[in-house]
Amino acid sequence: MTRVSIQEADFDVGAELAALQGERTDVGAVASFVGCVRGHTLADDVSALTLEHYPGMTERAIEAMIVAAEARFGVRAARVIHRVGRLLPGERIVLVAVTSSHRRDAFQACEFLMDYLKTHAPFWKKETTPDGERWVDARVADDAALERWGLASRNATGDGH
Amino acid sequence: MRLTLKYFASLREALGSGTTLDWSPAGEPSAGALRAWLRAQSDAHAQALAPGRAVRVAVDQVLADEATPLHDGAEVAFFPPVTGG
Repeated sequence: MTRVSIQEADFDVGAELAALQGERTDVGAVASFVGCVRGHTLADDVSALTLEHYPGMTERAIEAMIVAAEARFGVRAARVIHRVGRLLPGERIVLVAVTSSHRRDAFQACEFLMDYLKTHAPFWKKETTPDGERWVDARVADDAALERWGLASRNATGDGH
Repeated sequence: MRLTLKYFASLREALGSGTTLDWSPAGEPSAGALRAWLRAQSDAHAQALAPGRAVRVAVDQVLADEATPLHDGAEVAFFPPVTGG
């Protein structure tokens, strides 16, 4: 089964969760996160988001994150879908879903995957606002979120040297 | 050495989506050495890849750093900090 999809189209959360669980009887927990486009930031109204990615690297990076999640948590199966292209406020952007025997592993693996994806998957968001278009800045808080898992993250900080 | 060079997001807007490059490094070929060499190619490169600017690099589609060595045929991508999710 495909574990990672990068696509312009929307996804059906219910169908994806059902497919992830499948016929398995060893799954006691299905946890998922759905990220959506916010229509406003602290500063401005946002009428659309445009998402760009690095084809090839994106799929490879997220696949490696799933392998890392499997090594840490009792993951039975995982599914990540991330949309690209132009998205409007309220639209779904990302789905991360995990199955496991017990809820704790499923919750944790789901959060771990999102923290990892935010800081290490090559996506870039551009906001359309009344003042024009602008690239979204990376957040130091997202690095801090990954570091809680014991993984160093210098996406938002550092000059690259 | 022959490299595939790629730019994304704001760097793509400034420098184009990339190119195939025949590069003859003066010293040890690394991602940082390439970034420094590219800066000398045009004012736009000098600005977009300036020291101190938050530029991330991937070599062969894996996140890397400036010390990462390059090999003939490598795919090198420069881009701003990522903002997905």
